[in-house]
Amino acid sequence: MQKMHKRMNWFYVPALMLLVLFVAYPLGNAFFVSLTKWNGYSSHKTFIGINNYIRMTKDPAFWTSFRNTILYGFGSTILQQILGLALAIFVNSEFKGRNLVRTIVYLPAMMSGLVMGYVLYFFFQYDQGVVNEVLSWFGYAPVDWMGEGIRAVLIITFVNVWQFTGLSMIIYLAGLQGVSQTYYEAAQIDGANKWRLFIHITLPSIYPSIVSSTMFNLIGGLKLFDAIQAMTGGGPGNASHSLSSYLTREYFGAEKAGYAGAIGVFIFAFIMLVSYVLNSAFRKGGERLS
Amino acid sequence: MEKAKKSYFQKNWWKHILQVFIIGIYLVPFYVIIVMSLKSISDKSSRLSLPERLYLDNYASVFQSGMMQAILNSIIITVSVVLIEIIVGCMAAYPLARNQSKGNRAIGNIFLGVMMIPGLAVLVGVYSLLAEVGGINTYWGIILSNVGFGLPTAIYLYQNFIVSIPKELDEAACIDGAGAFRTFWHIILPQLKPVTVTVIILNGIGIWNEYMYSLYILQRSEMFTVTLKINAYFSAAKQDYGGAAAAAVVGMLPIVIMYLFLQKYFIKGVVDSAVKG
Repeated sequence: MQKMHKRMNWFYVPALMLLVLFVAYPLGNAFFVSLTKWNGYSSHKTFIGINNYIRMTKDPAFWTSFRNTILYGFGSTILQQILGLALAIFVNSEFKGRNLVRTIVYLPAMMSGLVMGYVLYFFFQYDQGVVNEVLSWFGYAPVDWMGEGIRAVLIITFVNVWQFTGLSMIIYLAGLQGVSQTYYEAAQIDGANKWRLFIHITLPSIYPSIVSSTMFNLIGGLKLFDAIQAMTGGGPGNASHSLSSYLTREYFGAEKAGYAGAIGVFIFAFIMLVSYVLNSAFRKGGERLS
Repeated sequence: MEKAKKSYFQKNWWKHILQVFIIGIYLVPFYVIIVMSLKSISDKSSRLSLPERLYLDNYASVFQSGMMQAILNSIIITVSVVLIEIIVGCMAAYPLARNQSKGNRAIGNIFLGVMMIPGLAVLVGVYSLLAEVGGINTYWGIILSNVGFGLPTAIYLYQNFIVSIPKELDEAACIDGAGAFRTFWHIILPQLKPVTVTVIILNGIGIWNEYMYSLYILQRSEMFTVTLKINAYFSAAKQDYGGAAAAAVVGMLPIVIMYLFLQKYFIKGVVDSAVKG
């Protein structure tokens, strides 16, 4: 058995090789590129040390993208937890047709973020957009929804929330269905009201769902790219770029591959840091609960 | 009976109002895109109103401008990526589930860590690597650069599943003289069907919808996937919104149909990958 176990380890070599070749090596390569001045296709790269990183700190578009990334990531995550849990509680209660709600709310989460972005683009468009049309029914003037930076950021956040709240709902629903009814009955005998039941029984019981839904949404939100491309392409100006979309603009649009590489390394470090901090906070929280 | 019915609606009327409201928020966008796809470009009526007559030219033009090729490309890429992820993934999961030595646990954590790495951080490196070896605009280029990101999920799901298969089965096979490979082939593999369905759905959807890597790696229009084709319609200067809407509907349709028929598995996939950990 021991010998077989050792021989078994060969089984993960292909997976490891694929990850080294197409994830680890490119990541290292991106780090190397970030130390050079390079247009992305010529054979000539000039080594310039950490200049790209210094430039990053002085680039206002980088800071805007960074702020937007935080808004996309944390804004979506907070809203999705509240709405996702509320929907899960709703769908978990008894009424006719509750499965229909579940099916339909989860549907957009299966679709391409790009296509969903385009679909909602038809709502927020200035000319002929659905939202402006509804406003006109009530006599309001049309609004150029995507014409202003921070408003575009909030609308893109809203689109992302709309699309992926179903995912949180499904995860919370699975958690709620695992909570034993006997806890509730015991607490009700003790005279606890609905709100106390929710705080003291429901929330601790679905802790694993809170953790995985939050992590899923946060990493997805911090990586947001498709919906931005569809709704604004990063505009007006650079006002609604996330770090991801700003990176591709610098690489493929402005042919600053070295600078793009530096932004890539920054995204990597930032997401790793956020997941590490959050994971340990959640672990501590979990230990306190049990 | 009459009384019971009344009390159901007395108790639940607000739930049904909320239900209609939520379904509305989620279905109106789909309704709008379908309506738009059935109107001609000169039709300036409200996007919320039904077309006066069914106008199918948008769909005809979408299929005349290479949508079939795009669907074929998407199928080739999705099937290949998922197939590689299944084969390589279930193999990798076997030793990680059965031989939980210190070294193997470290390897398992590395696989999980890859899930956190944003594809964008790697894009610069992947693109320059593929450009050097002639992998831009090739099936193998896009396939291999995508495999790495779905692989950790596949390994994770398989690993959790194999842990739940009784170890005694392996040991019996080992006593009968079967080696690691034969045990895996005859004992483990035949039991992996349910989790493989999950992997196919979860990773298949991800690849079918993938946009960022395809956008830069597949630049020639003959290589476009469905997502890129839809994108091309929207970014084209002619502003052919009817065509764009029709392309979007065609791109969404296969997933909507699969979702409605296999909903149980779609939900199980997410729950398995999220909550068990």
